[in-house]
Parts: sequence; structure tokens; C-alpha cells
Amino acid sequence: MAFVTLLPQKTEIEEGAVSERVLDVENLSIEIPVVGGMLHAVDNISLHVERGETLCIVGESGCGKSLTSLAIMDLLPKKAIRTVNKMSLNDENILNFSEKQMSNVRGNKMGMIFQEPMSSLNPSFTVENQMLETLSRHRNIVGSQAKDLVIQMLEKVGIIPAEKRLRQYPHQLSGGLRQRVMIAMTLLCEPELIIADEPTTALDVTIQAQILKLMKGLQNDFNVGLIFITHDLGVVANIADRVAVMYAGQIVEEGSVFDIFDNPSHPYTRGLLSCIPVPGKIKRGEPLGSIPGMVPSLVGDFQGCRFSGRWGDAHEQLDGADIKLASTSDKSKTYKVKGSETHLIRFCCEDCLKKSYIFDKRKAS
Amino acid sequence: MSSGSTVTTTVTKASIYTRFTGHQGVMIGAFIVLAIVLVALLAPLLAPHDPYQQNLLARLIPPVWDSRGSWDHVLGTDHLGRDYLSRLIYGARISLLIGFGAALISGLIGTVMGVMAGYFGGRVDMVVTFLITVRLSMPVVLVALAVVAIVGGSLQVVITVLGLLLWDRFAVVMRSSTLQIRSMDYVAAAQAVGCSTKRILMTEIMPNVVNNLIVIATLEMAHAIILEAALSFLGLGVQPPLPSWGLMVSEGKDMMLFEAWLITIPGVALFLLVLAINLMGDGVRDITAPENRN
Amino acid sequence: MLYYTLKRLALAALVALTVSFISFGLLYLSSDPAIAMAGETASDADIEAIRQLYGFDRPILVQYFDWLQRAAAGDLGKSYYFRTDVSALIGERLPTTMTLGVCAITFAILLSVPLGVAAAIRPNSLVDRIALFLSVMGQALPSFWFALMLIVFLSVSLRLLPTSGSDTWLHFVMPTVVLGYYAAPAIMRLTRTGMLEVLSTDYIRTARAKGLRPPVVLFKHALRNAIIPVVSLAAVQFGFMLGGSIVVETIFALHGAGFLAWESITRNDLPTVQGLILVFSLFYIVLTFFADLINAWLDPRIRIK
Repeated sequence: MAFVTLLPQKTEIEEGAVSERVLDVENLSIEIPVVGGMLHAVDNISLHVERGETLCIVGESGCGKSLTSLAIMDLLPKKAIRTVNKMSLNDENILNFSEKQMSNVRGNKMGMIFQEPMSSLNPSFTVENQMLETLSRHRNIVGSQAKDLVIQMLEKVGIIPAEKRLRQYPHQLSGGLRQRVMIAMTLLCEPELIIADEPTTALDVTIQAQILKLMKGLQNDFNVGLIFITHDLGVVANIADRVAVMYAGQIVEEGSVFDIFDNPSHPYTRGLLSCIPVPGKIKRGEPLGSIPGMVPSLVGDFQGCRFSGRWGDAHEQLDGADIKLASTSDKSKTYKVKGSETHLIRFCCEDCLKKSYIFDKRKAS
Repeated sequence: MSSGSTVTTTVTKASIYTRFTGHQGVMIGAFIVLAIVLVALLAPLLAPHDPYQQNLLARLIPPVWDSRGSWDHVLGTDHLGRDYLSRLIYGARISLLIGFGAALISGLIGTVMGVMAGYFGGRVDMVVTFLITVRLSMPVVLVALAVVAIVGGSLQVVITVLGLLLWDRFAVVMRSSTLQIRSMDYVAAAQAVGCSTKRILMTEIMPNVVNNLIVIATLEMAHAIILEAALSFLGLGVQPPLPSWGLMVSEGKDMMLFEAWLITIPGVALFLLVLAINLMGDGVRDITAPENRN
Repeated sequence: MLYYTLKRLALAALVALTVSFISFGLLYLSSDPAIAMAGETASDADIEAIRQLYGFDRPILVQYFDWLQRAAAGDLGKSYYFRTDVSALIGERLPTTMTLGVCAITFAILLSVPLGVAAAIRPNSLVDRIALFLSVMGQALPSFWFALMLIVFLSVSLRLLPTSGSDTWLHFVMPTVVLGYYAAPAIMRLTRTGMLEVLSTDYIRTARAKGLRPPVVLFKHALRNAIIPVVSLAAVQFGFMLGGSIVVETIFALHGAGFLAWESITRNDLPTVQGLILVFSLFYIVLTFFADLINAWLDPRIRIK
């Protein structure tokens, strides 16, 4: 990576001395006051990302995945209340950072790419202007040196020739190009962590594939931690190292991409996977799976089971011997899935657990 | 925020009612307007004196709170000895009449133009948009003054002239609201089942733009009242001896340096009425279409 | 951009032509202008003489084209009352009105844009409430009455400012305030809603995610976009102000075009009134034309197609 040397002093500790863990978040909750009470949008989740790793957060709309990403950036809407026990970036505690300190982190050590490339760039300024301001803000690089860096980065994300695009305004670019510009802009300061919130959802399918491939390649080149938020399991299979499945504000299952796809152990994950058509696995004409019922309202003090009404008639129960209690902290129960130390599932209540697994005592003994 | 999508709000008649009663601006505005309307309707009963009765011996008596004032003339008398309170009460009739009359005429013109432009589009829209541009280019006060000066000032003339001049905002808003409704699926559905244009306009379009119409009507009413007062103040609106509030300010102007209450009283009345109508209009807009607020 | 400019220019010309016809026709609405000119007491013979002298006996369209032709050459006829060229008369009075208008719109913008921005940054805060309160009050205040109250308090009671005339800049203070406050609420509200709208857009979130400092986010990224519609509104309000100058100039005896309008209207000086309506309308048309161009220039989505 030749252009890395172009950057003056990156105030990082030498490689090797750095912890491999880029982001560590523990016990994050987000509450939003709404008409009729408090919306418990995200409930006590923990996650971490290693250097060079892609963590996919997957879940349906409204499960709290986008809010989680905004919470990490500290960009939540003003009225949202964030509570978190630990939040560290490269072993540096950023939990108590002031707004000013956080703004030094944002766009610098931690970047974000959004869902709507059409509206994520300011319509009144050129690509050049919007990219240069990031460099001058965090690296104090201006003038021709900055322009060279910008051009290099645009070429890196596949915008060739880049010169011509510099003077253009966002409305002159296609959606795919704009998303490439967003990616280039996020990479400019060589962040440790990139959060991509459904970056391909708004794009055409072919462009989607290109952008995914690009992000995968760049992540390797830059050795950056990536949190990729999506509702598309196909994308997850394509890009993820690890996966966290979110449902109604909680992470119900997490593990390596193989754990999740080969051995989905939470009924919700199994339900999600049964919704995607897999050639060969599902016969022609056979209906795809679906999850009945609706996500419960999370307004007010939530009591009872988050899955009530969502159990299908013929849901399959698994053998309780395959899971082992890992932690009984808080309300939710965390279980380890046999065969992997990092494959975890969580149940919101006893009811859920009992409906998912059969604990046959005679068999166990 | 996507997380908020789980919250559903049901709008019922009861909740609209509470939204109105819970809106301070609307309630204060409606209260004042209602009070002034009542005063205007009951003017003969409420007015202590004949508003036209001159009494040269009792000129420029100050209001009762002044040491020289008396309870016989609570708000004093004007330069011709006419009871100020009675003139103020009868003046409410003029302001309200102007407001209603002008808003009615301009509302009719503007709504027909705006709805036609929004619904039919194309050439009709071009013509209407052009007419709106032309109308906006003409200075209202100047044209109104000139026409009143030529035709002669009277209540009817002032109402007609203002009505013919103030339709622009109706047309603009009705046009954009109609355009918006026009693109809704239920209008396409009505067309698909073969409803007549007239029927679609009356049953699909009008009910959905009527909220905006009410808002503009109130705001234009206030506009007309202010303009009438200004015209009368300049001597080219409602003519003496009618007790128009603008005229009262004008008549009191020569004495204002000595007897400030002569202009303060009718001015405050005018201010309160316009403020109350505006509060109502703004409030109705906040409640029915908060996104149109500007 | 060139095509856009030409299209707008053609439209402006067509509007101007229509306005000229209306301003000419308006004064023929009622009675015979010859009677109006000669006065109620004039004899039939006098009226007939005037009618022939001014050509009122010709068909109205002929008169209009005649008038238009001369107006295009800058000749708006002779004032009945002042006995001078209407164009010269207006030209002499216009600078005062322009000064007043520029002062008033500047005052209105300086008052309302910062207030609107402040209100949008913290919706429902104290600043927002104060701004809303002022705008509701301002819209309900009749300008002629406000002007008189200012005279009573500032000039007479406190003896701070001169009441009438146009000799020094102090004479312009009260007229500026009276003319400007009426435009301020609309500009304030549009700035506020515009800012609120822009502040909730994705590109503002991007700007914050880039770690830009709040002032940069607010003034470079947000205000730049929110101000575009405000420019149009300010131009429109400026045009309205010139029309509204008639009330203010009459009260403060400021010898501008507005005062001239009042003088000529009360004296049935038809050519002057016609000329003034035309000049005010044309000014408005030119103003909105330039506002549209500035708008297009500010918004790359229109400028670069």
C-alpha cells in the first residue's frame, strides 16, 4: 500500500503491540422516549470486532441494528438515551469522550457508510470539496498533497479516471458511484473501524455485487475492522467472518459464519434461514419458510416473551443436550452451542428456551 | 428511526378534538375571535351610545382610567364627541365583514383556479401559474388604493377590490394540494371505475384539500382586515362616518401626541383580532398538517 | 443554464406585458378618465376638450398601444398635477424608496435569518419560542399603527429620532424598522423550517460522521442548502416592500415613490399612478428574475443538468 507512506505520522502504536480487538462494546442499551412510554430499542447487547474482521449484524427492520451502529458512532438522535458499560476503540476507552473528542474519532479512526448513497452526499458541494474537508479536518493536509491523496483513494475504489469526478456534484453521479465516493471518503483517514449500515440495499443487484466485492477487497488491503449491517442473509454469507443475529433489540445468536449457517441453533435464526431459497435444498414449487406473527412493541416495560405468537405450528425442537448454560447474567440466559466456544445463543425467557429445546432428563442421565 | 415503526397512532375523532382543545394557540385565538364576533353581532345591545351621535360639547373625553375620564364614556369620546366604545363595537362589524367578504370572494376565485390547475395540469396549469405570477407582480396596496380612489370608497367596493386581489395564496396552495392528492392511488381508482371529473373533484379532491383551504382562508381574512385598515387609514378605504378601526386611528392621528389613547385603543383592537385569527389559522395548520408549517 | 435563463427571461417579458396592460386598463375601469381629470364641477365642453386633448376618445386598445410604445421608450406621459414628465418624477423619487427598501430588507434578513437558524438548532427551546412569539406578534401588527406608536414613543416621548423627512440616516431608522418587521416573520419561519428539514437529512449525518466540527456542519453543510428558498422569499418580500412603502412613506413624510403614489392617487393624477404601478411591477419582475438566477446558481442541481 504505497499511499500509506504519503500520510504523515499516524499516531498509532507499533503493530504487534496493538491489541487485535478494534472495538469492544459491553451491555449497550438504547431507550427512546416516544408517545406512550419508553421505547426499549436496544436491550443490553455486547459485541466486539477484531482487526481485519467482518462482523455482520443481521435482523429485520426495527430490530435495533441501525441504532446500534449510530450508538457506536455516538450519533444517536438527541432524545435517545444510551447506556453502556464499556466502549473501547483499540483498547482506548471512548465511553466518556466529550463531543469534541468523539468528533476527533469520527471520520478518523472510525468511519461510517450509510444506506442511501443518493442522499448521503451534500448536493451543494463537489466530490472534491467533500473529500478534502475530511483530510483537512483530521490530518491537516491541504492543497495539492491532499488532492493527490483523494485521487489515489478514488482510484482505489474503482473510480477511474478520478480527476473528472472531482469537480462533479453528487447529482451527476450514479448511485453506485456515489457509494464508491462514500467508501473512499471513509477510507481517507485509514480508520480502524468502518461501520456500514446496509450500504448495498439501495443499489441495483449487479451494482450491489460490485460494491460488496470492492468492500471485501478493501477491507483486506486496509486490514480494517468492519461492522456490516444488513437484513440480507445472502450478503452475510458472502462477506461475514462472524455474525450477530438481532431480534427485537437483542442479539439472539452469534458465532462464526459457519456456526450460523451450518448449525443455526436459535429458532429465530433457523426461521430466517428457512426464508431464503437455496437451490437443491428446496424443491420446485415448495413454499419458502416464513416466520408468523409480528415483532412485539417494545414501548413501555417489556414483560413476557419476545417471541410470543411467532412460533410456527410445526417448529422443530432441538436436543437440549447440544447446548450448555454459559452465563445467567441479567434477565436473558446465554447458552454455548456444543462444538464451538464462540457460538452463543440467548433466550429472552424460560418459555422460549423450553419451546426451542427438549431437555429430556432420562436421556441426559 | 426505524425502531419507532412499531408504534402505531390511531387518529380518531376524539383525538382530533383533544388535539384542538390541547392546542393553546387555537384555543386562545378561537376565544378572542368568538368574543369579537359576539360583540359585533350584539352591537346594538352592547353599545352604550349611538356610534354616530356627535356631541361637540363632550369632545375628546379620555377613557375612564384617566383622571379626567368618566363612566359615561368608558373609552372616552373622539374629536366629534362620539362615544369611542360604541364606535369600537360597531367597528368590529366592519372588520369582520371585510375579512369574511374578501376571503369569500378571493377564496372562490383562488380555489377554482388552483384546483383546476392542479387537477387538469398542462395548459390550464400554465395559464393559472402565469396569472398567479402576474397577480404577484402587481403591488396590492397601490392597486387597491388606485381602484378605490377611482371607483369611490365604500364598504362594498373595498370588499370587492380586496377579494379580487387576494386570491393568489389560495390559488398557490390549492394548486399544490390538488397536485398532491391527484397523484394518490384512490383518485386513479375513482377514474378507473369511471367516475365523472365533477364527481372526483367533489368527492375525492375537495374533502382532502379543505383543511388547507380553511388555513389559508383564516390567514387571508386577517390579511384583508389589515389591508382595509391601512386603506381606510390613508383615507381611501371605508369612508367616514363609518367606524372602521383604521379610520379611527386615522382620525385620532392628529391628536395622538396629546391623546395617545385615540390611536392606541382601535390599534389594539385591530391587533388582537388579527392576532387571534392568525393564531387559529396557524393552529389548524399545526394540527392538521404540521409538515406545511412555514 | 443558458436555456434556463432564456426561458425565465421570456416568461418575465410576457408577465411584464400583461402587467402593463392591466395597469393601463385598471384606470379605465370606472368612469370616464376625462371627467376624473376635469373634476366634478367641469362643464361638458371642458370634459370634451380634455377627452380630445388626451385622446381618450380613441378605442382603448389604440390608446394602450400608443401608451405602451411611448412607455417602452421611457416616456410615461405628463403628470396632470405636477405638470412634469412622469418618468422624471418617478426617477427623482425612486432613490429614496430604494434606499428604504434595501435598508428594510437588510434589517429583516439580519433579524430573521439568525433567529430562524437559532430556533432550528434547538426546536422548542426558549429561543424557538421567543422567535415564534415574535413572528406571530409581528404578523398581527398593522404597519401604519406600529409606525404611529413608534413616533409617539421614540420621537415624542423619548426624543430619540426625527419623525419625518429624509435628510439624515436617522430619518430612515423608523421607516426601516416599520417596513422591515413585516417581512421578518415569513423569512424567519422559512429559515427555521428549511434548517430543520436540512438538519435531518442524510448528508448532515454524513458530515457529522466525518467528524466535522459543529459550526462547519451547521453553516457550511446545512445553511448553504437551507438558504436557497430563503433567497427567493427575500426577493419576493423586497418587491412587496416597495409596494408597501406607500403607507410608510406617507406616515414618515419620506419623499419617495410611495409618497408620490399617495399624492397622485389622492389627486386623480392618472398618468403618474399608471407609471408607478408599472414601475413597481417591473421592478418586482426583474427582482424575481434575478432571484431565480441566483437560486439556480446556488443549487448545482439546477445549474448543472
